[in-house]
Amino acid sequence: MGRDKVSAVQTFVDLLAGRREAAALAPREWDGVIGVARSEAMLATLAHKLDGADLPPTVAALFADQRAAAAVAQRQALWEAEMAHRALAPLGIEFVLLKGAAYAAAGMACAAGRQIGDLDILVLAADIRRAENALLNAGWEWVKSDPYDDFYYREHMHELPPMIHKSRDRMIDVHHTILPRTHRITPDALALVSDAVASADGFAVLNPADMACHCAAHMLADGDLQGGLRNLWDFHLMTRDFSATDPGFWQQLDARARLHGLQDAVQRAARLARDLYGAALPAGWSGHDPADRWFRQRLLARDDWGRVTQPLLEQAFYIRSHWLRMPPAMLAQHLWTKWRRR
Amino acid sequence: MRHSTRIAVGPVQFRIGSDWPEPITALEQLYASYPKDDARSADATVRLLAARPWRRWVRPSVHIGGDFVVPDALPLPLSMGLLAAEMGMNLQVALGWRRHMLLHASAVARDGRALIMSGESGSGKSTLAALLGEGDWRLMGDEFTLIEPEGGNALAFPRAVSLKNEAIAEVAARVDAARLGPLIASTPKGDIRHLIPRADAIADMHEPARPALLLFPRFGGNAAIEPMGEGETFVRLTEASTNYVALGEVGFAALTRLVRETPAFGVSYPDSATGIALVEQLWAETK
Amino acid sequence: MPEPTYRAAPPDALRVEPLGELTAIFDRRSMQTHLVVSPMPEILEAMGADDCDAVTLAERLAQHFDFDGADDVQPILAERLSELAAMGLVARA
Repeated sequence: MGRDKVSAVQTFVDLLAGRREAAALAPREWDGVIGVARSEAMLATLAHKLDGADLPPTVAALFADQRAAAAVAQRQALWEAEMAHRALAPLGIEFVLLKGAAYAAAGMACAAGRQIGDLDILVLAADIRRAENALLNAGWEWVKSDPYDDFYYREHMHELPPMIHKSRDRMIDVHHTILPRTHRITPDALALVSDAVASADGFAVLNPADMACHCAAHMLADGDLQGGLRNLWDFHLMTRDFSATDPGFWQQLDARARLHGLQDAVQRAARLARDLYGAALPAGWSGHDPADRWFRQRLLARDDWGRVTQPLLEQAFYIRSHWLRMPPAMLAQHLWTKWRRR
Repeated sequence: MRHSTRIAVGPVQFRIGSDWPEPITALEQLYASYPKDDARSADATVRLLAARPWRRWVRPSVHIGGDFVVPDALPLPLSMGLLAAEMGMNLQVALGWRRHMLLHASAVARDGRALIMSGESGSGKSTLAALLGEGDWRLMGDEFTLIEPEGGNALAFPRAVSLKNEAIAEVAARVDAARLGPLIASTPKGDIRHLIPRADAIADMHEPARPALLLFPRFGGNAAIEPMGEGETFVRLTEASTNYVALGEVGFAALTRLVRETPAFGVSYPDSATGIALVEQLWAETK
Repeated sequence: MPEPTYRAAPPDALRVEPLGELTAIFDRRSMQTHLVVSPMPEILEAMGADDCDAVTLAERLAQHFDFDGADDVQPILAERLSELAAMGLVARA
């Protein structure tokens, strides 16, 4: 006692960063840590991180369940990549796996226990119509039947409207770039595809620097920081491992970030990974930006029951994400259309 | 959260938090005789919360939250807080539990062997289990039965039995009033009243039982027994399991073993007495 | 158009369990369970490790089953093969 009580989300981050020993937690501290980890969809990630640690038996048993379930879920997710390949390969359409499925296919450290939602693939803009047809012929169908949403996606977004497979009930997002067309930043999609590399599983994935750029873009330039702790964990582990095998990695990352117009997002992601997970950054990366404080607060805004504690901050980031995605006049029109249709 | 409690049912330790004291008090009364281990970490978290801060006082309505949520679940009035808690606990188990294969089925045990009854709500599986559990059977659970993947044994999940509509009077006539919770009238599921399982069911809740008989009861119609093939039983149990797909090959192995080793029957019955007679008849035949 | 050629899943990918009238096939690659009836298990077994089209398949199955001179065996097998491909149990070679 005597010390201020450390919040559950801080304890969770400390455990991931290795700043705190699992054995040092009081039994009742686990509730909050597990609650936060579940809310961030990172319970199996924590379970992998603490595999073999000194844990209360009930926590160890829950973690073993989570690791086993995550292994099954990853197989299921990668099967979607295989089935997409079977649908697209006969037509000569190549695709690059993105996000969770890519990390799993490449056997990366951040894939351990990582939840994988929809299958995200990147195809050349020129192939997008043919890809759409091939997927429709192979059993995928549209999720949205709403003409405005459909129009909105096709006109402005960086992906086809989401499709779902009719018998496997799994979603696929077909992207032709990594940020919406209307976004102020327009990454070089052609470079992303043409410089992709083959993963251990034989699927194409982004090259290391592009993968880190996309991870940062997805977290900071596109999203409203939902799932931010997980995306930041991905970023931290991939940059750590890429730079360990290739001393020139950080330089390449800087060059690719410039090419895609993502320097701000990538540098902020690196600073946040340092601040939260203790990432070691090279000279020139380890600056300070007063605005990082708001990002840290947003990322750590969860109580011991896993609830978001700062709804206003959450909302501010939600509006920011829309602000970044589209020019103000269009945003107004979009929200107006959405509002009228209620 | 402002109010909270911890409850252990079978292998699952729950942590339940609430914006109001009433649901927590009601839960603690219902589960007072269950073993407690407050130092043990929770496997599942339920949150009963007000959708907007002022809804704690003004027409208070309870949203069911937790590790897993159903996006468009309607809130319940505070007077149905106990039902909200029950639904929240069921949801966490149905969507979150991974250690065992979960069957949406009731079960009772005798001599270390389990009778498992699977069916939709309205099939009478819950009432039959409750009534058998008042006789010389041990109630294992009225809602979920867990199958151990390695050994194939059934494990109990003896939550407070959720009696509905006509079953309330039928069971109330046979048990001590102290074992009944408050009547929750006119819920979206009809009238509901909880039955606290008998002391032996709670004391033995960690005792596994060998699956010996699988029944698919159907309330209504003439008394009839129909043997069910392995294939159909397999299909019906995959539909009755909320985590079969998530368990991967472990679930496949557990389920094929269960349907091969356990005789299965469809049973129609016009009333509980007939249902129980048919169950006892089949049980005697499978020995 | 030539008959499409398929390849069956490698043997260690599948766990096949006959359950009375049905056969349950667990695919370890997809973690999916497929419930099938005859002639699906027989087709998978007859395909072995080779690339196979409906013509070859009909010839192989004829060694074990009596088709009694039926002339629609090939189109039926072609249809079953495309169903197995949709399940992911066979893939276009």
